[in-house]
Amino acid sequence: MYTFSSKLKTLSFILMTLGILGIGYGFYAAPKDIQEVEKLLAAESHGGHGDSNHDDASKNEHHETSSSDEKASIDKSVVVSNKGVTTADDSTKVSKENEVLVLTDLTAGREKAHVLTAEEEHTEHLTHVLHQLQNKPWSAFYVACIFFMLISLGVLAFYAIQQVAQAGWSPVLFRVMQGITAYLPIGSIIFFIFLLLCGFHLNHLFVWLDPEVVATDKLIANKAGYLNFPFWIIRAAIFLIGWNLYRYYSRKNCLAQDDANDNLFYKKNFKLSAIFLVFFIVTESIMSWDWIMSIDPHWFSTLFGWYVFSSFFVSAITTIALVTLYLKSQGALEHVNTSHIHDLAKFMFGFSVFWTYLWFSQYMLIWYANIPEEVTYYITRIEMYNLPFFGAVVMNFVFPLLILINTDFKRISWILVMAGVVILIGHYLDFFIMIMPGTVGDRWFIGISEIASVLFFLGLFIYIVFTAMTKVPLLPKRNPFIEESKHFHY
Amino acid sequence: MSNKVIYAIYNDDDILMDAVKTTRAARHHIEEVFTPFPVHGLDKAMGLAPTRLAICSFLYGCVGLAFATWMMYYIMIQDWPQDIGGKPSFSYVENMPAFVPIMFELTVFFAAHLMVITFYMRSKLWPFKQAENPDVRTTDDHFLMEVAVRDNEEELITFFQNTGAIEVKVIDKH
Repeated sequence: MYTFSSKLKTLSFILMTLGILGIGYGFYAAPKDIQEVEKLLAAESHGGHGDSNHDDASKNEHHETSSSDEKASIDKSVVVSNKGVTTADDSTKVSKENEVLVLTDLTAGREKAHVLTAEEEHTEHLTHVLHQLQNKPWSAFYVACIFFMLISLGVLAFYAIQQVAQAGWSPVLFRVMQGITAYLPIGSIIFFIFLLLCGFHLNHLFVWLDPEVVATDKLIANKAGYLNFPFWIIRAAIFLIGWNLYRYYSRKNCLAQDDANDNLFYKKNFKLSAIFLVFFIVTESIMSWDWIMSIDPHWFSTLFGWYVFSSFFVSAITTIALVTLYLKSQGALEHVNTSHIHDLAKFMFGFSVFWTYLWFSQYMLIWYANIPEEVTYYITRIEMYNLPFFGAVVMNFVFPLLILINTDFKRISWILVMAGVVILIGHYLDFFIMIMPGTVGDRWFIGISEIASVLFFLGLFIYIVFTAMTKVPLLPKRNPFIEESKHFHY
Repeated sequence: MSNKVIYAIYNDDDILMDAVKTTRAARHHIEEVFTPFPVHGLDKAMGLAPTRLAICSFLYGCVGLAFATWMMYYIMIQDWPQDIGGKPSFSYVENMPAFVPIMFELTVFFAAHLMVITFYMRSKLWPFKQAENPDVRTTDDHFLMEVAVRDNEEELITFFQNTGAIEVKVIDKH
């Protein structure tokens, strides 16, 4: 039996406390009304224009940027071009000369003219910024919450695949995987509560949940048959319950198999895992539309579900590798050898490349065709999130590609830990880039809210996962492949 | 001085593996082992150095990537930067996504083909090459170990008969 080291336990409590404090500060520091935003913006404009690249870009391609910003701001139901006013350099000159802003109504492709006085324009801009700033602590929490929950879901999917594939190498790691998926029930509960809070209009993460937006936005109104709160929350409940049921019964059968005289429970698990994998791939796809893609309800992409899957799946395998390495270093996994680690590292490598393949396929198809209604998604990301957007590709592709291609390196613990940490941070960034542009726009920053949310969930994750490890022996007894797995070498 | 070798022939890969290990332990120099199929772990038992083919392949891949990049930079950006359907051909980076499929394919192409050619050259394989088979049965179901004879012919014969060989021959090699 593994005992939870008291140092790690203390660490997890420290992380959770720091996290809660930071999250609380994030909510406290978010502006409450327009007046505060006005002060904030005034302070910003005195302190220089912030991001200078930003200004340059808007000068050079001012037509393109303002139109893309209009699209982004229509997402938030705010009509005024956001950057056009903040940077106040040239894009506003145009609009102020005319005192008229011509806006593209994306819905019908028709042009509507809105006559706005300068003052109304200013107020609308302030409201827009206020919403973004109020969204910031919520989004930070949401990104970390969904990231950790999907990691444990990914481990569950990996575990099910190993069962169905009758893998001969992995049974010594089954208890490790089950331990990591112990986070899933608690993660799901927190996540579900968060979705409920969104539904009760405590935040503006999902614009389509706001009836005012739906009333004025034809595109979203047309999707209301799918994107409406009751249907959405019921779907979420079904998915979360389905995944958790599989986790519960699979673990139960695996433990029952230890004391059984035949392989009945093993066979049950086999069938259960096969059913789960079918359920998983359908729900995973829908989950990615519901929880991530609907943040940008004007945009859609066909391979998005796969893309999200690859992102959390590689993070999940990395997590298995890191936890295994930790337990091994504690002397808790007697039968795990460097060949098992090597196999996990190969999966980390392979799925990093798979993620890149999907990332690039999605990006390149949209870039190449350059259809305005699709391409705004990437324009906002490249213009406002340039460093994290391309940084994620470096961290999730270039770095693992160069480090993990070497066979010998795949057996060296410290190299794997280093690569694993980079991969995990990279995929956190990936989720950050999927969610943040639609909720906070150019008001993003990886500051106290974001880091604190990650720390809180990391602490919770460590606490739950390692507590679950102490409950059962870390080696399954009567798995039909356990002998093969103990002697596995590559 | 005549160039004599011993051919010890086996009919089981497990016996062969044990024989290789005892031969190495007795410090006899194994010239070559002929088997009809890859015997897992034989190279380790014989103490052969690991292959460096993968390293070659990686380097060839780098060459392929460089070649693809240079080629398309020269053709599409430098030599005749046309406007083709509005693609930005002002710099390589701006138009890079369109080049990635070719960059990828050429990397794989160079890495794969040059590695295979390296393999053929290093293992001296080509069409019309004279087969170097000491005993036809080694391509079907027999395993053959070739050990150089110095002046210990009698000792070696008894040694190999004890390792489970079904046949031990002394051959004069020219």
